[in-house]
Amino acid sequence: MSFLKVEDIHTYYGNIQALKGISLTVEQGECVTLIGSNGAGKSTTLRSISGLTPARTGTITLDGEEITHLPAQEITGKGIAQSPEGRKCFQRMTVRENLELGAYLRRDSSQIQTDLQRVFELFPRLDERQAQKAGTMSGGEQQMLAIGRALMADPKVLLLDEPSMGISPVLTERIYETIAEINQQGMTILLVEQNANFALDVSKRAYVLETGKVAMTDNSDTLRTNPDVQKAYLGT
Amino acid sequence: MEAASIPAGPPASQRVKQLIGTYGLTAVLLIMPVWFAIQDLTDEGNLVRLGENLVAGLSNGAIWALVAIGYTLVYGIVELINFAHGEIFMIGSFISASLIVTLGLTVDSAAVPVFFGLLAALLLAMIGSGTLNVLIERVAYRPLRSAPKLAPLITAVGMSFILQNVGLLWKGGNQQGVPDLLNAQNTLFTVFGVTIENADVLSVVVTIPLLIVMTSFINRSRLGKAMRATAQDPEAARLMGINVDTTISLTFLLGGMLAGAAGLIYAMYQTTIWFFQGFTGGLIAFTAAVMGGIGNLRGAVLGGLIIGFIQQMSDNRIGTEWTPAIVFGYLVLIMVFKPSGLLGEQTRDAG
Ligand SMILES: Nc1ncnc2c1ncn2[C@@H]1O[C@H](COP(=O)(O)OP(=O)(O)OP(=O)(O)O)[C@@H](O)[C@H]1O
Ligand SMILES: [Mg+2]
Repeated sequence: MSFLKVEDIHTYYGNIQALKGISLTVEQGECVTLIGSNGAGKSTTLRSISGLTPARTGTITLDGEEITHLPAQEITGKGIAQSPEGRKCFQRMTVRENLELGAYLRRDSSQIQTDLQRVFELFPRLDERQAQKAGTMSGGEQQMLAIGRALMADPKVLLLDEPSMGISPVLTERIYETIAEINQQGMTILLVEQNANFALDVSKRAYVLETGKVAMTDNSDTLRTNPDVQKAYLGT
Repeated sequence: MEAASIPAGPPASQRVKQLIGTYGLTAVLLIMPVWFAIQDLTDEGNLVRLGENLVAGLSNGAIWALVAIGYTLVYGIVELINFAHGEIFMIGSFISASLIVTLGLTVDSAAVPVFFGLLAALLLAMIGSGTLNVLIERVAYRPLRSAPKLAPLITAVGMSFILQNVGLLWKGGNQQGVPDLLNAQNTLFTVFGVTIENADVLSVVVTIPLLIVMTSFINRSRLGKAMRATAQDPEAARLMGINVDTTISLTFLLGGMLAGAAGLIYAMYQTTIWFFQGFTGGLIAFTAAVMGGIGNLRGAVLGGLIIGFIQQMSDNRIGTEWTPAIVFGYLVLIMVFKPSGLLGEQTRDAG
Protein backbone atom coordinates (compact mmCIF):
# COMPACT_ATOMS: atom_id res chain seq x y z
CA MET A 1 0.00 0.00 0.00
CA SER A 2 1.55 3.20 -1.08
CA PHE A 3 1.53 6.22 1.18
CA LEU A 4 0.00 8.58 -1.39
CA LYS A 5 -1.88 6.79 -4.12
CA VAL A 6 -3.56 8.44 -7.11
CA GLU A 7 -5.64 6.06 -9.20
CA ASP A 8 -7.01 6.89 -12.62
CA ILE A 9 -8.17 10.44 -11.87
CA HIS A 10 -10.06 12.52 -14.39
CA THR A 11 -10.23 16.22 -13.61
CA TYR A 12 -12.11 18.98 -15.39
CA TYR A 13 -12.21 22.77 -15.41
CA GLY A 14 -15.85 23.26 -16.33
CA ASN A 15 -16.16 21.29 -19.54
CA ILE A 16 -12.45 21.25 -20.28
CA GLN A 17 -10.87 17.95 -19.35
CA ALA A 18 -7.38 18.51 -17.96
CA LEU A 19 -6.56 15.03 -16.61
CA LYS A 20 -7.45 11.90 -18.54
CA GLY A 21 -6.67 9.09 -16.14
CA ILE A 22 -3.56 9.85 -14.11
CA SER A 23 -2.25 7.20 -11.72
CA LEU A 24 0.80 7.59 -9.55
CA THR A 25 2.19 6.59 -6.17
CA VAL A 26 4.52 8.16 -3.65
CA GLU A 27 6.06 6.10 -0.84
CA GLN A 28 6.72 7.43 2.65
CA GLY A 29 9.91 9.49 2.74
CA GLU A 30 10.23 9.44 -1.02
CA CYS A 31 10.71 12.39 -3.35
CA VAL A 32 8.90 12.00 -6.67
CA THR A 33 8.91 14.41 -9.62
CA LEU A 34 6.27 15.14 -12.25
CA ILE A 35 7.70 16.61 -15.42
CA GLY A 36 5.89 17.66 -18.55
CA SER A 37 5.49 20.59 -20.90
CA ASN A 38 3.06 23.51 -20.53
CA GLY A 39 -0.50 22.41 -20.09
CA ALA A 40 0.40 18.74 -19.55
CA GLY A 41 -1.62 18.67 -16.33
CA LYS A 42 1.10 18.82 -13.66
CA SER A 43 -0.48 21.60 -11.64
CA THR A 44 -3.91 20.08 -12.07
CA THR A 45 -2.62 16.81 -10.62
CA LEU A 46 -1.41 18.65 -7.52
CA ARG A 47 -4.66 20.65 -7.35
CA SER A 48 -6.65 17.41 -7.50
CA ILE A 49 -4.63 15.94 -4.64
CA SER A 50 -4.95 19.05 -2.47
CA GLY A 51 -8.65 19.40 -3.26
CA LEU A 52 -8.54 22.81 -4.97
CA THR A 53 -9.84 21.22 -8.19
CA PRO A 54 -11.27 17.86 -7.08
CA ALA A 55 -11.09 14.93 -9.45
CA ARG A 56 -14.42 14.03 -11.05
CA THR A 57 -13.64 10.32 -11.12
CA GLY A 58 -10.87 8.12 -9.77
CA THR A 59 -9.57 7.91 -6.21
CA ILE A 60 -6.84 9.47 -4.15
CA THR A 61 -5.78 7.87 -0.88
CA LEU A 62 -3.38 9.06 1.79
CA ASP A 63 -2.07 6.39 4.11
CA GLY A 64 -4.98 4.14 3.10
CA GLU A 65 -7.66 6.78 3.71
CA GLU A 66 -9.62 8.10 0.78
CA ILE A 67 -9.43 11.88 0.40
CA THR A 68 -10.65 12.32 -3.20
CA HIS A 69 -13.70 14.42 -2.48
CA LEU A 70 -12.80 16.09 0.79
CA PRO A 71 -12.78 19.91 0.71
CA ALA A 72 -9.31 21.44 0.40
CA GLN A 73 -9.17 22.68 3.99
CA GLU A 74 -9.85 19.18 5.31
CA ILE A 75 -7.20 17.66 3.07
CA THR A 76 -4.74 20.09 4.62
CA GLY A 77 -5.89 18.77 7.97
CA LYS A 78 -5.15 15.21 6.82
CA GLY A 79 -1.53 16.21 6.29
CA ILE A 80 -1.07 17.40 2.72
CA ALA A 81 0.47 20.85 2.29
CA GLN A 82 1.06 22.59 -1.00
CA SER A 83 3.32 25.34 -2.21
CA PRO A 84 1.09 26.35 -5.11
CA GLU A 85 1.84 27.51 -8.62
CA GLY A 86 2.46 31.25 -8.50
CA ARG A 87 3.36 31.04 -4.77
CA LYS A 88 0.18 32.73 -3.54
CA CYS A 89 1.71 34.33 -0.48
CA PHE A 90 -0.60 36.63 1.49
CA GLN A 91 0.71 39.85 0.01
CA ARG A 92 -0.42 42.31 2.68
CA MET A 93 0.74 40.18 5.59
CA THR A 94 4.22 39.93 6.99
CA VAL A 95 6.52 36.99 6.44
CA ARG A 96 5.91 35.88 9.97
CA GLU A 97 2.13 36.10 9.68
CA ASN A 98 2.32 34.05 6.48
CA LEU A 99 4.31 31.37 8.25
CA GLU A 100 1.95 31.39 11.21
CA LEU A 101 -0.98 30.89 8.85
CA GLY A 102 0.79 27.83 7.52
CA ALA A 103 0.29 26.36 11.00
CA TYR A 104 -3.35 27.47 11.11
CA LEU A 105 -4.76 24.05 11.96
CA ARG A 106 -2.16 23.20 14.60
CA ARG A 107 -2.60 23.74 18.32
CA ASP A 108 0.77 22.58 19.61
CA SER A 109 2.22 26.05 20.08
CA SER A 110 5.63 25.00 21.41
CA GLN A 111 6.14 22.61 18.50
CA ILE A 112 5.05 25.40 16.13
CA GLN A 113 7.81 27.60 17.52
CA THR A 114 10.34 24.82 16.97
CA ASP A 115 9.17 24.40 13.38
CA LEU A 116 9.34 28.14 12.85
CA GLN A 117 12.98 28.09 13.91
CA ARG A 118 13.57 25.14 11.60
CA VAL A 119 12.10 27.06 8.65
CA PHE A 120 14.32 30.02 9.53
CA GLU A 121 17.35 27.70 9.55
CA LEU A 122 16.40 26.32 6.14
CA PHE A 123 15.73 29.82 4.76
CA PRO A 124 17.80 32.38 6.70
CA ARG A 125 16.48 35.07 4.36
CA LEU A 126 13.01 34.62 5.83
CA ASP A 127 14.43 35.11 9.31
CA GLU A 128 15.92 38.46 8.27
CA ARG A 129 12.65 39.53 6.66
CA GLN A 130 10.19 38.42 9.34
CA ALA A 131 8.46 41.80 9.55
CA GLN A 132 8.44 42.54 5.82
CA LYS A 133 5.16 42.40 3.89
CA ALA A 134 5.19 39.38 1.60
CA GLY A 135 4.06 41.47 -1.36
CA THR A 136 7.21 43.55 -1.23
CA MET A 137 9.56 40.57 -1.40
CA SER A 138 11.32 39.34 -4.52
CA GLY A 139 10.03 36.35 -6.45
CA GLY A 140 12.67 34.05 -5.02
CA GLU A 141 11.99 35.17 -1.48
CA GLN A 142 8.28 34.62 -1.97
CA GLN A 143 9.05 31.14 -3.26
CA MET A 144 10.98 30.40 -0.08
CA LEU A 145 8.09 31.78 1.90
CA ALA A 146 5.58 29.58 0.09
CA ILE A 147 7.68 26.49 0.80
CA GLY A 148 8.30 27.54 4.39
CA ARG A 149 4.60 28.21 4.90
CA ALA A 150 3.75 24.72 3.61
CA LEU A 151 6.33 23.21 5.98
CA MET A 152 4.72 25.04 8.90
CA ALA A 153 1.71 22.76 8.51
CA ASP A 154 4.00 19.90 9.59
CA PRO A 155 2.61 17.86 6.69
CA LYS A 156 2.90 14.19 5.91
CA VAL A 157 3.25 15.00 2.22
CA LEU A 158 4.62 18.19 0.71
CA LEU A 159 3.45 19.21 -2.78
CA LEU A 160 5.72 21.69 -4.55
CA ASP A 161 4.60 23.29 -7.82
CA GLU A 162 7.51 24.63 -9.88
CA PRO A 163 9.73 25.98 -7.10
CA SER A 164 12.17 27.26 -9.75
CA MET A 165 9.67 29.35 -11.68
CA GLY A 166 10.96 32.86 -12.34
CA ILE A 167 14.06 32.38 -10.22
CA SER A 168 17.72 32.80 -11.13
CA PRO A 169 19.77 29.61 -11.70
CA VAL A 170 21.86 30.31 -8.59
CA LEU A 171 18.85 30.68 -6.36
CA THR A 172 17.20 27.64 -7.98
CA GLU A 173 20.22 25.59 -7.00
CA ARG A 174 19.97 26.85 -3.41
CA ILE A 175 16.26 26.08 -3.25
CA TYR A 176 16.88 22.58 -4.57
CA GLU A 177 19.60 22.02 -1.99
CA THR A 178 17.03 22.93 0.62
CA ILE A 179 14.43 20.61 -0.91
CA ALA A 180 16.96 17.76 -0.81
CA GLU A 181 17.68 18.59 2.82
CA ILE A 182 13.96 18.58 3.72
CA ASN A 183 13.60 15.22 1.99
CA GLN A 184 16.61 13.80 3.84
CA GLN A 185 14.99 14.85 7.10
CA GLY A 186 12.23 12.41 6.18
CA MET A 187 9.62 14.51 4.38
CA THR A 188 7.60 12.86 1.59
CA ILE A 189 7.65 15.19 -1.41
CA LEU A 190 5.77 15.31 -4.71
CA LEU A 191 7.47 17.85 -6.92
CA VAL A 192 6.33 19.42 -10.19
CA GLU A 193 8.94 20.92 -12.48
CA GLN A 194 9.27 21.97 -16.09
CA ASN A 195 12.95 22.65 -15.79
CA ALA A 196 13.74 19.04 -14.95
CA ASN A 197 17.48 19.04 -14.30
CA PHE A 198 17.42 19.85 -10.61
CA ALA A 199 14.17 18.01 -10.01
CA LEU A 200 15.58 14.74 -11.34
CA ASP A 201 18.62 15.24 -9.09
CA VAL A 202 16.65 15.38 -5.86
CA SER A 203 13.98 12.79 -6.72
CA LYS A 204 14.29 9.04 -6.81
CA ARG A 205 11.52 8.46 -9.34
CA ALA A 206 9.69 10.59 -11.86
CA TYR A 207 6.58 10.61 -14.03
CA VAL A 208 6.41 12.29 -17.42
CA LEU A 209 2.98 13.78 -18.15
CA GLU A 210 1.68 14.58 -21.61
CA THR A 211 -1.78 16.04 -22.32
CA GLY A 212 -3.34 14.80 -19.13
CA LYS A 213 -1.84 11.29 -19.16
CA VAL A 214 1.23 9.59 -17.78
CA ALA A 215 3.49 9.08 -20.81
CA MET A 216 6.37 7.45 -18.98
CA THR A 217 7.58 6.62 -15.49
CA ASP A 218 10.90 5.37 -14.25
CA ASN A 219 13.77 6.02 -11.86
CA SER A 220 15.05 9.54 -12.21
CA ASP A 221 18.51 8.34 -13.21
CA THR A 222 17.11 6.18 -16.01
CA LEU A 223 14.85 8.95 -17.28
CA ARG A 224 17.75 11.34 -17.33
CA THR A 225 19.53 9.15 -19.88
CA ASN A 226 16.40 8.66 -22.02
CA PRO A 227 16.93 10.51 -25.33
CA ASP A 228 13.30 11.65 -25.62
CA VAL A 229 13.33 13.09 -22.12
CA GLN A 230 16.67 14.73 -22.73
CA LYS A 231 15.38 16.37 -25.87
CA ALA A 232 12.05 17.52 -24.46
CA TYR A 233 12.81 18.44 -20.86
CA LEU A 234 16.52 18.66 -20.22
CA GLY A 235 17.47 20.94 -23.07
CA THR A 236 20.43 18.80 -24.11
CA MET B 1 22.94 41.20 -1.22
CA GLU B 2 19.60 42.94 -1.23
CA ALA B 3 17.08 41.23 -3.44
CA ALA B 4 14.32 43.79 -2.97
CA SER B 5 15.45 47.04 -4.60
CA ILE B 6 14.36 50.51 -3.57
CA PRO B 7 11.78 51.76 -6.06
CA ALA B 8 12.83 54.77 -8.13
CA GLY B 9 11.09 58.02 -7.17
CA PRO B 10 7.94 58.83 -9.13
CA PRO B 11 8.11 61.56 -11.78
CA ALA B 12 7.64 65.17 -10.65
CA SER B 13 4.06 65.54 -11.88
CA GLN B 14 3.12 62.40 -10.00
CA ARG B 15 4.79 63.73 -6.87
CA VAL B 16 2.93 67.04 -7.06
CA LYS B 17 -0.28 65.12 -7.36
CA GLN B 18 0.68 63.01 -4.36
CA LEU B 19 1.47 66.13 -2.32
CA ILE B 20 -1.88 67.63 -3.25
CA GLY B 21 -3.34 64.26 -2.44
CA THR B 22 -2.07 64.25 1.14
CA TYR B 23 -1.81 67.91 2.16
CA GLY B 24 -4.35 69.33 -0.26
CA LEU B 25 -6.99 66.91 0.90
CA THR B 26 -6.35 67.67 4.54
CA ALA B 27 -6.66 71.34 3.68
CA VAL B 28 -9.90 70.79 1.79
CA LEU B 29 -11.30 68.79 4.68
CA LEU B 30 -10.37 71.58 7.07
CA ILE B 31 -11.92 74.40 5.01
CA MET B 32 -15.37 74.11 6.55
CA PRO B 33 -14.39 73.87 10.23
CA VAL B 34 -11.76 76.62 9.91
CA TRP B 35 -14.12 78.92 8.05
CA PHE B 36 -16.87 78.39 10.58
CA ALA B 37 -14.41 78.80 13.45
CA ILE B 38 -13.45 82.23 12.13
CA GLN B 39 -17.11 83.10 11.66
CA ASP B 40 -17.98 82.04 15.21
CA LEU B 41 -15.06 83.94 16.68
CA THR B 42 -15.98 87.16 14.91
CA ASP B 43 -19.73 86.84 15.53
CA GLU B 44 -19.84 85.40 19.02
CA GLY B 45 -16.33 85.58 20.32
CA ASN B 46 -16.30 81.85 21.10
CA LEU B 47 -16.36 78.45 19.43
CA VAL B 48 -19.42 76.98 21.13
CA ARG B 49 -21.49 76.62 17.98
CA LEU B 50 -18.70 74.86 16.09
CA GLY B 51 -18.08 72.65 19.10
CA GLU B 52 -21.71 71.62 19.12
CA ASN B 53 -21.56 70.84 15.41
CA LEU B 54 -18.55 68.66 16.00
CA VAL B 55 -20.10 66.80 18.93
CA ALA B 56 -23.25 66.09 16.93
CA GLY B 57 -21.06 65.16 13.96
CA LEU B 58 -19.13 62.71 16.07
CA SER B 59 -22.19 60.94 17.44
CA ASN B 60 -23.90 60.77 14.05
CA GLY B 61 -20.69 59.83 12.32
CA ALA B 62 -20.27 56.96 14.77
CA ILE B 63 -23.51 55.47 13.44
CA TRP B 64 -22.31 55.75 9.83
CA ALA B 65 -18.96 54.30 10.84
CA LEU B 66 -20.58 51.21 12.34
CA VAL B 67 -22.64 50.66 9.21
CA ALA B 68 -19.74 51.46 6.89
CA ILE B 69 -17.62 48.73 8.47
CA GLY B 70 -20.13 46.16 7.27
CA TYR B 71 -19.79 47.34 3.67
CA THR B 72 -16.04 47.37 3.88
CA LEU B 73 -15.61 43.98 5.56
CA VAL B 74 -17.88 42.26 3.09
CA TYR B 75 -16.31 44.00 0.12
CA GLY B 76 -12.87 43.05 1.39
CA ILE B 77 -13.70 39.37 1.56
CA VAL B 78 -16.09 38.68 -1.34
CA GLU B 79 -15.68 41.84 -3.45
CA LEU B 80 -19.38 42.44 -3.37
CA ILE B 81 -21.25 45.60 -2.47
CA ASN B 82 -23.89 44.23 -0.15
CA PHE B 83 -26.70 46.58 -1.13
CA ALA B 84 -28.96 44.96 1.46
CA HIS B 85 -26.67 46.16 4.24
CA GLY B 86 -28.58 49.41 4.75
CA GLU B 87 -31.71 47.35 5.31
CA ILE B 88 -29.86 45.22 7.86
CA PHE B 89 -29.29 48.47 9.72
CA MET B 90 -32.97 49.38 9.39
CA ILE B 91 -34.01 45.96 10.73
CA GLY B 92 -31.66 46.56 13.68
CA SER B 93 -33.62 49.73 14.48
CA PHE B 94 -36.93 47.91 14.11
CA ILE B 95 -35.87 45.04 16.38
CA SER B 96 -34.67 47.48 19.06
CA ALA B 97 -37.83 49.57 18.88
CA SER B 98 -40.08 46.52 19.03
CA LEU B 99 -38.27 45.07 22.02
CA ILE B 100 -38.46 48.37 23.88
CA VAL B 101 -42.18 48.57 23.27
CA THR B 102 -42.66 44.91 24.19
CA LEU B 103 -40.78 45.41 27.44
CA GLY B 104 -43.19 48.26 28.18
CA LEU B 105 -40.42 50.80 28.63
CA THR B 106 -41.44 54.46 28.33
CA VAL B 107 -40.02 57.91 28.88
CA ASP B 108 -41.02 57.60 32.54
CA SER B 109 -39.29 54.28 33.26
CA ALA B 110 -36.63 54.29 35.92
CA ALA B 111 -32.94 54.26 35.09
CA VAL B 112 -32.24 50.63 35.96
CA PRO B 113 -34.91 49.03 33.74
CA VAL B 114 -33.98 51.46 30.97
CA PHE B 115 -30.33 50.44 31.22
CA PHE B 116 -31.07 46.72 31.07
CA GLY B 117 -33.75 47.25 28.44
CA LEU B 118 -31.30 49.07 26.19
CA LEU B 119 -28.65 46.45 26.79
CA ALA B 120 -31.12 43.72 25.82
CA ALA B 121 -32.19 45.74 22.78
CA LEU B 122 -28.55 46.17 21.77
CA LEU B 123 -27.86 42.45 22.05
CA LEU B 124 -31.04 41.42 20.28
CA ALA B 125 -30.52 43.93 17.46
CA MET B 126 -26.95 42.74 17.00
CA ILE B 127 -27.92 39.07 17.02
CA GLY B 128 -30.93 39.65 14.76
CA SER B 129 -29.16 41.80 12.20
CA GLY B 130 -26.07 39.60 12.26
CA THR B 131 -28.07 36.41 11.71
CA LEU B 132 -30.12 38.00 8.96
CA ASN B 133 -26.96 39.10 7.16
CA VAL B 134 -25.57 35.56 7.39
CA LEU B 135 -28.81 34.16 5.97
CA ILE B 136 -28.77 36.62 3.09
CA GLU B 137 -25.26 35.56 2.18
CA ARG B 138 -26.23 31.92 2.40
CA VAL B 139 -29.34 32.29 0.24
CA ALA B 140 -28.56 35.06 -2.20
CA TYR B 141 -24.78 35.35 -2.60
CA ARG B 142 -23.13 32.00 -1.90
CA PRO B 143 -24.86 30.11 -4.72
CA LEU B 144 -23.55 32.78 -7.08
CA ARG B 145 -19.99 32.82 -5.86
CA SER B 146 -18.51 31.53 -9.09
CA ALA B 147 -21.01 33.38 -11.29
CA PRO B 148 -20.09 36.66 -13.03
CA LYS B 149 -19.76 39.58 -10.58
CA LEU B 150 -22.94 41.26 -11.82
CA ALA B 151 -25.13 38.35 -10.73
CA PRO B 152 -24.65 38.68 -6.95
CA LEU B 153 -24.74 42.46 -7.34
CA ILE B 154 -28.23 42.30 -8.72
CA THR B 155 -29.40 39.78 -6.12
CA ALA B 156 -28.04 42.20 -3.52
CA VAL B 157 -30.24 44.94 -4.94
CA GLY B 158 -33.10 42.45 -4.89
CA MET B 159 -32.50 41.55 -1.24
CA SER B 160 -32.46 45.23 -0.41
CA PHE B 161 -35.93 45.71 -1.90
CA ILE B 162 -37.26 42.56 -0.27
CA LEU B 163 -36.10 43.73 3.16
CA GLN B 164 -37.53 47.19 2.58
CA ASN B 165 -40.85 45.55 1.94
CA VAL B 166 -40.47 43.47 5.07
CA GLY B 167 -39.95 46.75 6.94
CA LEU B 168 -42.95 48.28 5.24
CA LEU B 169 -45.17 45.35 6.23
CA TRP B 170 -43.79 45.32 9.75
CA LYS B 171 -44.11 48.99 10.71
CA GLY B 172 -46.08 50.56 7.88
CA GLY B 173 -45.12 53.34 5.53
CA ASN B 174 -44.96 56.21 8.01
CA GLN B 175 -42.28 57.28 10.41
CA GLN B 176 -42.79 55.51 13.71
CA GLY B 177 -42.01 57.09 17.02
CA VAL B 178 -39.75 55.26 19.46
CA PRO B 179 -40.17 55.90 23.21
CA ASP B 180 -37.56 58.51 24.05
CA LEU B 181 -36.14 56.43 26.87
CA LEU B 182 -32.96 58.38 27.21
CA ASN B 183 -34.49 61.78 26.92
CA ALA B 184 -32.14 62.04 23.98
CA GLN B 185 -32.06 65.83 23.61
CA ASN B 186 -31.50 66.39 27.31
CA THR B 187 -28.24 68.16 28.13
CA LEU B 188 -26.17 65.82 30.21
CA PHE B 189 -23.32 68.27 30.84
CA THR B 190 -21.49 71.10 29.14
CA VAL B 191 -17.81 71.39 28.30
CA PHE B 192 -16.57 74.93 27.57
CA GLY B 193 -20.16 75.86 26.93
CA VAL B 194 -20.68 73.01 24.45
CA THR B 195 -23.69 70.95 25.43
CA ILE B 196 -23.35 67.19 25.41
CA GLU B 197 -26.69 65.45 25.09
CA ASN B 198 -27.65 62.03 26.41
CA ALA B 199 -27.83 60.63 22.88
CA ASP B 200 -24.28 61.77 22.13
CA VAL B 201 -23.03 59.83 25.11
CA LEU B 202 -24.98 56.72 24.12
CA SER B 203 -23.53 56.84 20.64
CA VAL B 204 -19.95 57.14 21.81
CA VAL B 205 -20.30 54.69 24.69
CA VAL B 206 -21.67 51.98 22.41
CA THR B 207 -19.47 52.64 19.40
CA ILE B 208 -16.00 52.91 20.88
CA PRO B 209 -15.93 49.57 22.73
CA LEU B 210 -17.42 47.84 19.68
CA LEU B 211 -14.75 49.32 17.43
CA ILE B 212 -11.99 48.30 19.82
CA VAL B 213 -13.29 44.76 20.19
CA MET B 214 -13.81 44.43 16.46
CA THR B 215 -10.40 45.68 15.37
CA SER B 216 -8.54 43.62 17.92
CA PHE B 217 -10.58 40.57 16.95
CA ILE B 218 -9.71 41.01 13.29
CA ASN B 219 -6.07 41.84 13.88
CA ARG B 220 -5.21 39.40 16.61
CA SER B 221 -7.57 36.46 16.88
CA ARG B 222 -7.11 33.28 14.91
CA LEU B 223 -10.45 33.72 13.15
CA GLY B 224 -9.60 37.33 12.39
CA LYS B 225 -6.42 36.19 10.72
CA ALA B 226 -8.46 33.69 8.74
CA MET B 227 -10.71 36.57 7.63
CA ARG B 228 -7.79 38.63 6.45
CA ALA B 229 -6.18 35.67 4.70
CA THR B 230 -9.42 34.82 2.91
CA ALA B 231 -9.80 38.44 1.84
CA GLN B 232 -6.34 38.42 0.30
CA ASP B 233 -6.39 35.04 -1.41
CA PRO B 234 -9.27 32.62 -0.81
CA GLU B 235 -7.58 29.73 -2.58
CA ALA B 236 -4.37 30.05 -0.59
CA ALA B 237 -6.51 30.37 2.54
CA ARG B 238 -8.05 26.97 1.81
CA LEU B 239 -4.58 25.50 1.48
CA MET B 240 -3.86 26.75 5.01
CA GLY B 241 -6.83 24.74 6.24
CA ILE B 242 -9.16 27.72 6.54
CA ASN B 243 -12.82 27.00 5.89
CA VAL B 244 -13.61 29.82 3.49
CA ASP B 245 -17.40 29.40 3.70
CA THR B 246 -17.39 29.66 7.48
CA THR B 247 -15.05 32.62 7.33
CA ILE B 248 -17.30 34.46 4.90
CA SER B 249 -20.32 33.74 7.12
CA LEU B 250 -18.39 35.10 10.08
CA THR B 251 -17.66 38.29 8.15
CA PHE B 252 -21.33 38.79 7.35
CA LEU B 253 -22.16 38.07 10.98
CA LEU B 254 -19.76 40.71 12.30
CA GLY B 255 -20.84 43.31 9.72
CA GLY B 256 -24.50 42.64 10.48
CA MET B 257 -23.93 42.87 14.24
CA LEU B 258 -22.35 46.31 13.92
CA ALA B 259 -25.21 47.45 11.69
CA GLY B 260 -27.65 46.17 14.33
CA ALA B 261 -25.88 48.17 17.02
CA ALA B 262 -26.01 51.23 14.76
CA GLY B 263 -29.73 50.56 14.35
CA LEU B 264 -30.29 50.78 18.10
CA ILE B 265 -28.26 53.98 18.44
CA TYR B 266 -30.13 55.52 15.52
CA ALA B 267 -33.52 54.63 16.99
CA MET B 268 -32.58 56.16 20.35
CA TYR B 269 -30.95 59.18 18.77
CA GLN B 270 -33.60 60.11 16.24
CA THR B 271 -36.51 58.64 18.23
CA THR B 272 -38.18 57.86 14.92
CA ILE B 273 -37.68 54.94 12.58
CA TRP B 274 -39.07 54.02 9.18
CA PHE B 275 -38.66 51.42 6.53
CA PHE B 276 -36.76 53.74 4.20
CA GLN B 277 -34.03 54.73 6.69
CA GLY B 278 -31.88 51.84 5.47
CA PHE B 279 -31.82 53.18 1.95
CA THR B 280 -30.63 56.68 2.86
CA GLY B 281 -28.51 55.54 5.80
CA GLY B 282 -27.00 52.75 3.76
CA LEU B 283 -26.10 55.13 0.97
CA ILE B 284 -24.37 57.48 3.39
CA ALA B 285 -22.47 54.65 5.06
CA PHE B 286 -21.48 53.19 1.72
CA THR B 287 -20.18 56.63 0.73
CA ALA B 288 -18.22 56.67 3.98
CA ALA B 289 -16.69 53.29 3.19
CA VAL B 290 -15.67 54.41 -0.30
CA MET B 291 -14.34 57.73 0.99
CA GLY B 292 -12.16 55.97 3.55
CA GLY B 293 -11.02 53.34 1.07
CA ILE B 294 -13.29 50.36 0.60
CA GLY B 295 -11.87 47.23 2.17
CA ASN B 296 -10.11 49.23 4.87
CA LEU B 297 -11.53 49.07 8.36
CA ARG B 298 -10.02 52.27 9.74
CA GLY B 299 -10.94 53.99 6.50
CA ALA B 300 -14.60 53.16 7.06
CA VAL B 301 -14.49 54.71 10.53
CA LEU B 302 -12.68 57.78 9.28
CA GLY B 303 -15.10 58.18 6.37
CA GLY B 304 -18.08 57.82 8.71
CA LEU B 305 -16.80 60.49 11.07
CA ILE B 306 -15.89 62.90 8.28
CA ILE B 307 -19.36 62.57 6.77
CA GLY B 308 -20.92 63.03 10.20
CA PHE B 309 -19.02 66.29 10.68
CA ILE B 310 -19.80 67.58 7.19
CA GLN B 311 -23.49 66.78 7.59
CA GLN B 312 -23.85 68.54 10.91
CA MET B 313 -21.98 71.65 9.84
CA SER B 314 -23.92 71.83 6.61
CA ASP B 315 -27.31 71.13 8.23
CA ASN B 316 -26.72 73.76 10.86
CA ARG B 317 -25.13 76.51 8.78
CA ILE B 318 -25.83 76.06 5.11
CA GLY B 319 -29.16 74.29 5.01
CA THR B 320 -30.26 70.68 5.04
CA GLU B 321 -31.24 70.85 1.38
CA TRP B 322 -27.56 71.35 0.50
CA THR B 323 -26.15 68.62 2.70
CA PRO B 324 -26.25 65.69 0.26
CA ALA B 325 -24.67 67.81 -2.46
CA ILE B 326 -21.89 68.90 -0.11
CA VAL B 327 -21.23 65.36 1.14
CA PHE B 328 -20.98 64.00 -2.38
CA GLY B 329 -18.95 67.02 -3.49
CA TYR B 330 -16.39 66.03 -0.88
CA LEU B 331 -16.55 62.44 -2.02
CA VAL B 332 -15.82 63.42 -5.61
CA LEU B 333 -12.91 65.64 -4.54
CA ILE B 334 -11.38 62.89 -2.48
CA MET B 335 -11.85 60.32 -5.22
CA VAL B 336 -10.21 62.55 -7.82
CA PHE B 337 -7.05 62.92 -5.75
CA LYS B 338 -7.12 59.54 -4.06
CA PRO B 339 -9.01 57.12 -6.26
CA SER B 340 -8.61 54.33 -3.73
CA GLY B 341 -9.99 56.46 -0.88
CA LEU B 342 -8.32 58.14 2.09
CA LEU B 343 -6.73 55.02 3.56
CA GLY B 344 -7.35 52.77 0.60
CA GLU B 345 -5.24 49.71 0.10
CA GLN B 346 -4.99 47.68 -3.00
CA THR B 347 -7.71 45.09 -3.09
CA ARG B 348 -7.51 41.79 -4.93
CA ASP B 349 -9.16 43.43 -7.94
CA ALA B 350 -6.73 46.26 -8.16
CA GLY B 351 -3.62 44.41 -7.06
N1 LIG C 1 -8.60 27.46 -14.44
C1 LIG C 1 -8.60 26.78 -15.58
N2 LIG C 1 -9.67 26.86 -16.40
C2 LIG C 1 -9.69 26.16 -17.58
N3 LIG C 1 -8.71 25.37 -17.99
C3 LIG C 1 -7.62 25.27 -17.21
C4 LIG C 1 -7.52 25.97 -15.97
N4 LIG C 1 -6.32 25.67 -15.43
C5 LIG C 1 -5.73 24.82 -16.28
N5 LIG C 1 -6.49 24.58 -17.35
C6 LIG C 1 -6.17 23.70 -18.47
O1 LIG C 1 -5.85 22.42 -17.97
C7 LIG C 1 -4.75 21.87 -18.65
C8 LIG C 1 -3.67 21.47 -17.67
O2 LIG C 1 -3.18 22.65 -17.03
P1 LIG C 1 -2.11 22.63 -15.88
O3 LIG C 1 -2.11 23.96 -15.25
O4 LIG C 1 -2.34 21.46 -15.01
O5 LIG C 1 -0.77 22.42 -16.70
P2 LIG C 1 0.72 22.36 -16.19
O6 LIG C 1 1.26 21.05 -16.58
O7 LIG C 1 0.82 22.73 -14.77
O8 LIG C 1 1.39 23.49 -17.10
P3 LIG C 1 2.49 24.60 -16.74
O9 LIG C 1 3.80 23.94 -16.80
O10 LIG C 1 2.32 25.61 -17.81
O11 LIG C 1 2.17 25.13 -15.39
C9 LIG C 1 -4.30 22.92 -19.66
O12 LIG C 1 -4.80 22.56 -20.93
C10 LIG C 1 -4.94 24.19 -19.17
O13 LIG C 1 -5.26 25.02 -20.25
MG1 LIG D 1 1.54 24.34 -13.76
